[in-house]
Amino acid sequence: MLARQDDHTIAPHRVDHLLIAELVRPDARVLDVGCGDGALLQLLADSKNVDGRGVEIERDRVNACVGRGLSVIQGDADQDLDAYPDDAFDYAILSLTIQATRNPKKVLTNLLRISRRAIVSFPNFGHWKVRVRLLTTGRMPVTEHLPDTWYDTPNAHLCTIKDFADLCRQVDSKVERAVAFNASGQQLGTWVRLPLTIHNLLGEKAVFLLSRRAAGD
Amino acid sequence: MFPASEPLALDCGQQLAPFTVAYETAGTLNAAKSNAILICHALTMDQYFLRTHPVTEKPGWWLDMIGPGKPIDTDRFFVICPNILGGCMGSTGPLSINPATNEPYGLDFPVITIRDMVRAQVRLMDHLGIGQLFAVMGGSMGGMQVLEWAAHFGERVYCAIPIATAAWHSAQNIAFHEVGRQAVMADPDWAQGRYLQEQRVPRRGLAVARMAAHITYLSETALHAKFGRNLQDRADRTFSFNADFQVESYLRHQGSTFVDRFDANSYLYITRAMDYFDLAGEFDGVLANAFRGTKTRFCVVSFTSDWLYPTHENRKIVQALNAVAANVSFVEIESDKGHDAFLLEEPIFFKTIAGFINSAAARRGIAPARSAA
Repeated sequence: MLARQDDHTIAPHRVDHLLIAELVRPDARVLDVGCGDGALLQLLADSKNVDGRGVEIERDRVNACVGRGLSVIQGDADQDLDAYPDDAFDYAILSLTIQATRNPKKVLTNLLRISRRAIVSFPNFGHWKVRVRLLTTGRMPVTEHLPDTWYDTPNAHLCTIKDFADLCRQVDSKVERAVAFNASGQQLGTWVRLPLTIHNLLGEKAVFLLSRRAAGD
Repeated sequence: MFPASEPLALDCGQQLAPFTVAYETAGTLNAAKSNAILICHALTMDQYFLRTHPVTEKPGWWLDMIGPGKPIDTDRFFVICPNILGGCMGSTGPLSINPATNEPYGLDFPVITIRDMVRAQVRLMDHLGIGQLFAVMGGSMGGMQVLEWAAHFGERVYCAIPIATAAWHSAQNIAFHEVGRQAVMADPDWAQGRYLQEQRVPRRGLAVARMAAHITYLSETALHAKFGRNLQDRADRTFSFNADFQVESYLRHQGSTFVDRFDANSYLYITRAMDYFDLAGEFDGVLANAFRGTKTRFCVVSFTSDWLYPTHENRKIVQALNAVAANVSFVEIESDKGHDAFLLEEPIFFKTIAGFINSAAARRGIAPARSAA
């Protein structure tokens, strides 16, 4: 059974990880690109018995992942996805990583090539706090979710929820589900359906589940 | 010892019979025979991975990695390390007696390949009644054997750990080996390979070969840190060709001690086998084909300062495995110790191996080591 957000026994999990774990089918083959310390892969292995693989750019994190028994390679989303064959996985996950890639469009296209479904989470640059910071200070916004200054951030391609939705159309993918989280980690629009503009204003992070658009879709 | 009635068919087309595989073991094979780990040794190593070497009286070469409570825990696993075919520590090689002439084979020994070495190991596993090895592991040339195992006998390998290796020998690798071989063959005491019959030893040639090779096992940083331009037991240069520099003295020592424990013809044959190694070449030039359909779990390891089998060569193996969606982990360990880092105390390397091995063992259902308490 999957832990819910209000289950304090599994409190340390990130909210976007818990949502991703909800979206993934049991026993699926999963590739987590930018898997960090392996927390999501571990969660997916424990809760969904997935056959998980990870790609991570930071050497120390890779070593830690392999040291805890996860199948992770040192590599990066821009360069190392080309090697994977078509349809190798059921889900390819890019968790808070797409904004740090050199070529997000190519990465997303690759994800949807090697996997039938892609799950992408990213910080929303359209959040009202970001807009207010830029408007009032005239400087690149620094917030709790985007704490780096412009010159030392790993983020090269920040986008808003609306921007990402555009990219999804461009790469010919179908948005199966899109969820935004507010600053306290709560899902927006759980009770009422909210328009995209509101998600884009109030969402601090977003998670998209995408699938390849089959012919005729 | 495999009798004349059970010859080993070699890549060169010849049959080798009889042949012997000398090996050492540690730990206990469990009832299910599921906890066996095969250690494949490198060019100048041998089966004495744990036990004190009978010739040099030095401790086992992988004592830091393998033993009770070590990353490869001999309280949990049964570890086997055979001397390679073509070696000089008991397995059949150029030193062995050729039954056709009753003399040492010398240059009549057939030219062998890495795959032939693995074929001999497969026969040993059959002999020991081990169907599937839990793990096959090795660094450098040992890693090449691991790759051959995974490619040709994948169903018998639950997990594979190729370390600091490559799927082929590059032009630079071949070039260094050729220097070594030419050094051996230029020594008059080599006597066209018949030095045993003539009771000579090509000491100088083999020592030079070892000196040149030894440089490739280290890194510039390691050499500089260890020796710099320091002089050897003298206040100034002697304006001669004596070993003024510490690094010269060190290399001469490495060369001369190597000769005491290694056979010159063995060195020629084994370096040749490595030069011939090109795994993709065995699979229509596509490395990924070597691993198509593999169920083996891989853990590939490289070291940042290894310029003999650099990270990019190891990464080619990883990419080929990714191309067939194999289960693969790949770590690059930060070390300034060069290629030899895989033999040395590298805590992160050990932790990685232990983590990989233990999680795979749990998956394979191998009981944990009983704690001493």
